Amino acid sequence: MKQLNTILLGFGGAVQLLLQSCKYLGTLPRQRARFIEQCYLIGYTTLPIVAILSFFMGSVLALQSGYSMQNFGAKQFIGSLVGLSFARELGPVIVAILVAGRVGSAITAELASMKVYQEVDALVTMNIPPARMLVMPRLAAIVVMMPILAIIGDLVGWFGGALVSKYVDAIAIDPEAYFSALRRYMKFKDVATGLVKAEIFGFVVVLICCSIGLNTRGGPREIGASVTRAVVASLISILVLDYFVTKALM
Amino acid sequence: MPTCPIHRNPITAAESPAVGIAIEGLSKNFGPLQALKNVSFAVEPGEIFVLMGPSGSGKSVLLKHIVGLEAASAGRVLIDGHDAATEGTLEKVRIALVFQAGALFNSISVYDNLALYPREHQLGTEAEIKEKVMRALQILSLENAAQKFPSELSGGMKKRVAIARALVMEPQLMLYDEPTSELDPVMSATISEIIATLKDEYHVTTIVVSHDRELALGIADRIGILMGGELVFLGPPSEVATSKDPRIADFFHPKIDLKKPRFKSLET
Ligand SMILES: Nc1ncnc2c1ncn2[C@@H]1O[C@H](COP(=O)(O)OP(=O)(O)OP(=O)(O)O)[C@@H](O)[C@H]1O
Ligand SMILES: [Mg+2]
Repeated sequence: MKQLNTILLGFGGAVQLLLQSCKYLGTLPRQRARFIEQCYLIGYTTLPIVAILSFFMGSVLALQSGYSMQNFGAKQFIGSLVGLSFARELGPVIVAILVAGRVGSAITAELASMKVYQEVDALVTMNIPPARMLVMPRLAAIVVMMPILAIIGDLVGWFGGALVSKYVDAIAIDPEAYFSALRRYMKFKDVATGLVKAEIFGFVVVLICCSIGLNTRGGPREIGASVTRAVVASLISILVLDYFVTKALM
Repeated sequence: MPTCPIHRNPITAAESPAVGIAIEGLSKNFGPLQALKNVSFAVEPGEIFVLMGPSGSGKSVLLKHIVGLEAASAGRVLIDGHDAATEGTLEKVRIALVFQAGALFNSISVYDNLALYPREHQLGTEAEIKEKVMRALQILSLENAAQKFPSELSGGMKKRVAIARALVMEPQLMLYDEPTSELDPVMSATISEIIATLKDEYHVTTIVVSHDRELALGIADRIGILMGGELVFLGPPSEVATSKDPRIADFFHPKIDLKKPRFKSLET
């Protein structure tokens, strides 16, 4: 019962923060330095790990499916399988999970320590709403960066699959066959669905992490607890939303 | 660079009229602890009000109510007629609070700490802001610290940066939480002079929480003393010395008695 209450309160807090931040969207042009900084932190610094993880996810997917599909002679469909799973499901989810772990935790830690050390109080007394200065630029940055990260994740994942398909003897499909299979069954809608999902996940993760950070009370231990809570809440939200968004977009 | 900045235009003038404060039956409970008990007093526009009292008596909590950072359990605070607890008040009245712990923004430089308020509220070009910020830094002898980060400063320097940051805001109402507690005697005197000058030249209403007797007796128009969340004294500095209340006499002139130390008398 108490947990349910906490979840509902957290949800209410996040929605409230979202509404407040939206109100300040017009200040984005004059906060562009902050926005660019956040794009750099959220996008650019996450890129290498997105690439590495997607590459190996693609490779292992090709390996596993090649191994099981050769038994019934369906090897030539590996390209379609890897392509579709990445575009529709794995790409967005992997990127969202990495954003939660890497970007979300950092956001919560930063905002929570600003709260605990009274920096947020100082902003409030200066009549500078935290939603305007701390939250809105981050939300705007994730909206811009998330599709880019997801596309890159998709491309690298497909490429990883192609590489494995060519060089693993048991599969041995050359890249042309792989990519033509990939193209044959993939529609634009599949990629678009994935990008919409990535966008929603990323936005929700950043919103949750900002909200939990700004609602921290206490000392250093609570900062740590907030970070843990933010990452867990983000991961759960990603997977729960994944089901519902996928269903809605079918 | 002007050599004697404070007499000429310390920061450009805050033209806005001074504001008065009315604190009406303010009480605050933290669970079972009653931090403020039915405190009422008023601060006139342009007055310097010094709030004193033992550690833990509720002074910082009172200041937080004035800026709306804490919500009252009972009673209210009116600033220029606006309830401090409602959201729009900080937009109508410019209030600066110098936090007891400084509350500097730790991830930006001292210069950016000071420039944040004018930048965010678009109060002038970058060159004008720079002039204001440098002047405030100069008044508090902090010119050399402009590019440092808060983590690189001493305790007293942090306090001065916090005061400088408040000066840059050109507030109508200035609240200081123990501005001189970590400063050397000369810097303490400078702070007292700044507070008095802001009042004389710009009619800034000021509340100072302080244990500094010289500051209190030197610049206060009136003094209030909080003990255990209750306002036990309210009057001009001249009346403090003649107060018959033994608590106040002991607070102002505690005798150091090595034969009968206070902490031992507590034990028995
Ligand atoms: N957020 C809070 N939650 C619970 N109790 C609090 C909180 N803030 C202050 N208190 C309590 O309220 C009382 C008054 O605290 P306050 O900080 O106002 O003291 P103070 O008069 O400023 O003391 P000092 O001179 O040491 O700064 C203390 O007993 C403190 O423990
Ligand atoms: Mg205090």
